[in-house]
Amino acid sequence: MLDRLTLRFKKNIDSILMIFISSALVVGLFTLYSASGRNIILVLNQLLYIGFGFTLLWITARIHPKYYEKLALPIYIMGLLLLFAVMFVGQSSHGAKRWLNLGIFKMQPSEIMRIAVPIAMAWYLSKRENNRHAIDYFIASLFFILPVILIINQPDLGTGLLITASGFYILFLAGLNWKFIVGGAIGLFSLAPIIWTHLHDYQKNRLLILLDPSQDPLGSGYHTIQSSIAMGSGGLIGKGWLNGTQGQLEFLPERTTDFIFAVFSEEFGLLGNLLLLGLFAFIIGRSLMIASQAKNTFTRLLAANIGLTFFTYIFINIAMVSGIMPVVGVPLPLISFGGTSMTIILVSFGILMSVHSHKELVGSS
Amino acid sequence: MSFIKNNQNIYKSRFLFKRRLALLTGLISIAFLVVIGRFFYLQIFKYDFYKGLSENNRIAVIPNVPNRGLILDRNGIILADNYFVYSLEVTPSKVTNLNKTIDNLKPIVELSVSDLKQFKKILRESSSLDSIPIKTHLSEIDAARFAANKLQFEGVEIKSRLFRRYPKGSFASHLIGHINRINEEDKETIKKLGWQQNYKGTDSIGKLGIEKYYEARLHGTTGFQEVEIDANGNSVRILNNTPSIEGDAITLSIDANLQDIAENAFNKYRGALVAINPKNGEVLAFVSRPNFDPNHFVGGIDLDEWKLLNESLDKPMLNRAINGLYPPGSTIKPFVALAALENDIRKPPFNIKDPGFFTLPNSGHTYRDWKPFGHGTVDIVMAITISCDTFFYGLGIELGINKLSEFLSQFGFGKLTHIDMFGENAGLLPSTEWKQKRFKQPWYLGETVITSIGQGYTLVTPMQLGQAVATLANAGLTIQPRLIQSIKNSQTGKMEVFKNKMVQELHFKPEHLALVKEGMINVTQPGGTAASVGAGAPYKIAAKTGTAQVVEMKANQKYNPDRMNERHRDHALFIAYAPADDPTIAIALIVENGGHGGSTAGPIARKLMDYYLLKKVSSNKEENKVSSLESEYHD
Repeated sequence: MLDRLTLRFKKNIDSILMIFISSALVVGLFTLYSASGRNIILVLNQLLYIGFGFTLLWITARIHPKYYEKLALPIYIMGLLLLFAVMFVGQSSHGAKRWLNLGIFKMQPSEIMRIAVPIAMAWYLSKRENNRHAIDYFIASLFFILPVILIINQPDLGTGLLITASGFYILFLAGLNWKFIVGGAIGLFSLAPIIWTHLHDYQKNRLLILLDPSQDPLGSGYHTIQSSIAMGSGGLIGKGWLNGTQGQLEFLPERTTDFIFAVFSEEFGLLGNLLLLGLFAFIIGRSLMIASQAKNTFTRLLAANIGLTFFTYIFINIAMVSGIMPVVGVPLPLISFGGTSMTIILVSFGILMSVHSHKELVGSS
Repeated sequence: MSFIKNNQNIYKSRFLFKRRLALLTGLISIAFLVVIGRFFYLQIFKYDFYKGLSENNRIAVIPNVPNRGLILDRNGIILADNYFVYSLEVTPSKVTNLNKTIDNLKPIVELSVSDLKQFKKILRESSSLDSIPIKTHLSEIDAARFAANKLQFEGVEIKSRLFRRYPKGSFASHLIGHINRINEEDKETIKKLGWQQNYKGTDSIGKLGIEKYYEARLHGTTGFQEVEIDANGNSVRILNNTPSIEGDAITLSIDANLQDIAENAFNKYRGALVAINPKNGEVLAFVSRPNFDPNHFVGGIDLDEWKLLNESLDKPMLNRAINGLYPPGSTIKPFVALAALENDIRKPPFNIKDPGFFTLPNSGHTYRDWKPFGHGTVDIVMAITISCDTFFYGLGIELGINKLSEFLSQFGFGKLTHIDMFGENAGLLPSTEWKQKRFKQPWYLGETVITSIGQGYTLVTPMQLGQAVATLANAGLTIQPRLIQSIKNSQTGKMEVFKNKMVQELHFKPEHLALVKEGMINVTQPGGTAASVGAGAPYKIAAKTGTAQVVEMKANQKYNPDRMNERHRDHALFIAYAPADDPTIAIALIVENGGHGGSTAGPIARKLMDYYLLKKVSSNKEENKVSSLESEYHD
């Protein structure tokens, strides 16, 4: 009886993925405890987010992919409407208008788009599968261009760029002609000077600083200097859990969110880094494997996109913290403190598991 | 057949998908290798270096705050500059017991209640790593006494800080504005504009006037110092120093001497004045009285003093020149006359017999002229010269409010002038549509009657009126008024000279303009309403006086200024341009509760024109005390 119950409970859950994800979450909780200066409340909060995320993961994993396909457009349109709503009735905070106040909680529609855009694009391109023309790719790209314009306007450049990347993955995997890829890249580069001349001075400055953080040691450059010290002084085996001096001091900014990897790296050293990176690599590998086994175009594109987006977040965050990329506000998935990003990641893994566990039942034509 | 083709497509696309996924997997592997390479670099090769930095030292980045740019008048007279003061500062993170430290400081350095209040306020808003002033403007004695006891005060030090100074005190304060401590609202703005990095270490920001409008140029670029700090927080050595770049120097179009004459001429009166060069839109004088001393705001104004300024009946913080709203009174008449001529309502020569009142057709309601028994036979030139109300009542009715309103709006009434200053008021130019929208009521003819002589709903700012006069003086060419002349880049020394921005070119018949001009010239000739203003002037002045009611008179009530509350007396207005045939200065001014325009406001304008055109200070009978600069003005 109990066995059957567990079996039913586990039915759609991919245990390999689940083990990797849970391991990463445990590492994250320990790091968070140290990074927050042993703030148990913060850790309990994070646990609450994880619990909520797991519930959604379990639900999304049980839903058959064909329903995602059916819901693709309604979800997308709803997300888009919410984005418009933000423009008119959104709440401003720190000069950006990103939130909708729904009474009990504040929501950020751009986060919904992180899932809604790839689903909608995968749906559209799989529908046109048998007779796809250049115009179809163009229409598909409108699915991400439209919300990205709204999101960049909020302004939230980081999320806008990540959704752009996610949109590009889908176009690329669906078979966008190399001519367009190369042409698009050239077009973008040749447009750059025109866009540049239309920017405000402060926007130009910001971009210049992104390209060369050492110009701005008080801001993003400061972050990089401090996180480099934290990482470098971690050495081969690290200073040990709760023993990182840089992470404990006020010198490291945003150490529970965007810069949490510096804390981890200081305390667990190169070996810890390699281990965590390995964990991430397994998760990405498993995702891409699920994608390549998927039985139809929709699930294939969707699953691959989830893995690739997960990789993009990890790469941008770690590259930023270790100083090979300019500082942009991107959290480290499964590790950084924060409810929204945690929920979105776990939900996307739920969808991934749904693709995997329902693959035998998905028709191939 | 199509089934086979479909299947082929599906296999093709699956194959393509796998190929491309493999390609991306390759790229991911490369990305991971790059990251791992970086880990090796930081944690193996540079381990000793970073270990050293982390164990014994930490790097602190200290901003080098830039000098704020100067503000100068057109002749190079300094209106705002900076000076160094010694200030006693505390870095909370280096102090073990803050309260004890403050108690220990008290016998050595005099700390007032407001010093401590200010300190605590800044403390709340700052990070514990910041250096926070506990007493600015330290006297030399205080500084010496502290230096002698320095050893017992860890985390407290004397620093020299740059302070803003307005050397001429309250002079042109509404124009120059002031800086003050950055508050929460400013922080939001700074964040929104992406200025956070450049404002590290900066504690003040432009709040009003030029200081606010040109903040981005005046502030300069913050430099930085990377300092190695030991475990106790003391700096060991400077690793890297990038100096700050001073803010740009701003040269205004204002002539400080002219401004000085204008401000002094106002004496105790409240009011505002704007003088513009109609040829290029440069504002030559910009007065709002009473004013305030911007020096008191630098570094945070005392709460009691702020209350005094803010609650004063005289409203010294109100920028009357761009924010004060006044009925234009009879100064509107030259514009109304031109409207009538351009709309062919009046063809010269046109005379009316003025009995001293105007009766509204079909209603029998009468409107009085300011002259009880009328002016007799009046033509359009004469009507301006003697400011005949009756003449304009009739004109307004024939034109109709909407035509009148449309014409006046061309001169900028009811619109922003877009002068380079924040917070400008657009004034009010009524029309039937406006009234319907505002009051949900139809327009009454009687309202047209009073609108034609500048009463009723119409409200103008002195800036607007000045702009309108400049346009009239320029025969219809409107140039956007501006306070700036040039900005000197502090780094390159390059001058950025601002160009005239033409707004519009109105085309009026020259003969119509000539009639209006003739009427306005006659205003300052014997028989005109401001004859005394033109007396003895070696150049021709075109002008118009105006009086605006502050309280409404009952039909049978007589206006007697001597028996009224001073604040209920009429506002005196005056507009003028000179030399009338080739104007280089246009003036609009209002003296609140000053009575008749010709006698109170006119002389002020004359003084300005005399100085501007003749470089001399005229001596009127009711000579106000002219400034200490006076001797310089004489040739």
